[in-house]
Amino acid sequence: MKAVELLVVGGGPAGLCAAIQAAEMGSTVILVERDEHLGGQLIKQTHMFFGSEKQYASKRGFDISELLLKKLSELAEKVTLMKGTTVVGIYEDGVVSLEQGGKYFKVKPKATIVATGASEKTLGFPNNDLPGIYGAGAVQTLMNVHGIKPGSKVVMVGAGNIGLIVSYQLLQAGVKVAAIVEGGPKIGGYLVHASKVRRLGVPILTGHTVKEAHGTNCLEKVTLWKLDENWQGISGTEIDIEADVMCISVGLSPLSELLWQAGCQMKFVQPLGGYVPARDENLQTSVKGLFVAGDVSGVEEASSAMVEGYLAGMSAASFLGYKLFNMAELRQDLLNQLDSLRHGQVGEKIRKGIAELQIVNEAAASVDL
Amino acid sequence: MADKTFICRCSDLTLQDIRNLIAKGYTTFDELKRVSRVGMGPCQGRTCMPLVLRELSIATGKSIAELSPGTFRPPVKSIKLGAIAAHAFEEGGGEGHE
Repeated sequence: MKAVELLVVGGGPAGLCAAIQAAEMGSTVILVERDEHLGGQLIKQTHMFFGSEKQYASKRGFDISELLLKKLSELAEKVTLMKGTTVVGIYEDGVVSLEQGGKYFKVKPKATIVATGASEKTLGFPNNDLPGIYGAGAVQTLMNVHGIKPGSKVVMVGAGNIGLIVSYQLLQAGVKVAAIVEGGPKIGGYLVHASKVRRLGVPILTGHTVKEAHGTNCLEKVTLWKLDENWQGISGTEIDIEADVMCISVGLSPLSELLWQAGCQMKFVQPLGGYVPARDENLQTSVKGLFVAGDVSGVEEASSAMVEGYLAGMSAASFLGYKLFNMAELRQDLLNQLDSLRHGQVGEKIRKGIAELQIVNEAAASVDL
Repeated sequence: MADKTFICRCSDLTLQDIRNLIAKGYTTFDELKRVSRVGMGPCQGRTCMPLVLRELSIATGKSIAELSPGTFRPPVKSIKLGAIAAHAFEEGGGEGHE
């Protein structure tokens, strides 16, 4: 079995930054990505980022990905990239099993960072298996990565940032967006994104959801209805919209199965998207030497995923014995960045959620920083 | 119409199927999994589990935080037995089984 210093699972924004940080501090790293491309969700994000300069604000997602990959290529001596490879299991003795092109093998890392991201949630409604009904992220991949137009007229379900941004990108691609439907009483995403699509004439129906979908071989029509304060549909408020595509954008759930397998202490925290691991401030889980970063530790945005990546990379490298003279200072800067990214109403919920998960400096799970 | 509401696309289970099983007394995700294969297909519960937990929460009156998602076992995706066997032989694990 191959001995590995640091294994990073996932080549999205969190995993890339984690690998960069740990390699810069002197650790050798194996970065595993199940896709053939590194960059994760960044490669399909054509919009500009918010935040501050440190999180590459005002740059577009795919440009940020290029930037991180360039940094990583400068560390080629330290970092082994394994694309098209899936980590299929983490065992309680620390052994990790992988699959690459039909071949199965195992490694034993001294430290592991899980940065597997999140998957799209879906909804149950009659005929929800009709072709033409997609996750909004899937449609974004089709359009922005593969250059495929998903259809001609879309109903977007969910007015969070993903729903709003993908609606705008659909309009840019020349696809009609008939309506954005939001179950909650308010638009969840940033107003700046909502204003953009409203200015282009797309209605945003809050307090509405999908009652059912119609179609013979594929989606032809969507029936919406209004929700009462208990989230129950109100008869008589139905609206029919003809559409050949429905995008479902009702949130993400952390891809945390590897953490369950490894025996991490897990907790259901609604504002973080589902089951997430308990962790200390340095992002070490209840399993010694196992760190987390990005959406798998709580669904947020790519900006915070990158900062968490740097922090987890630093913690893991430090755990392995690699130090920096100004590490305490750098760590504090990363913590400050996370704090400032988690401001506002949504940020407050996230901060509260994370506070519930905090392992406060347990002797067994502490990193000397 | 309700029986066209798919909760588990991998194993073709509808909302009504799940509700009927819960009514029969299968009130944890693991029990539902064993009796119906929900969560055992290619998605490994990634699509269906949040929807099933919501139904369990409504039926049992427990919040989702109090429910358990059950046991997660490797591998997280389907791989061929042959691949595992080939690796076992490489490691010398096959010798005792000649």
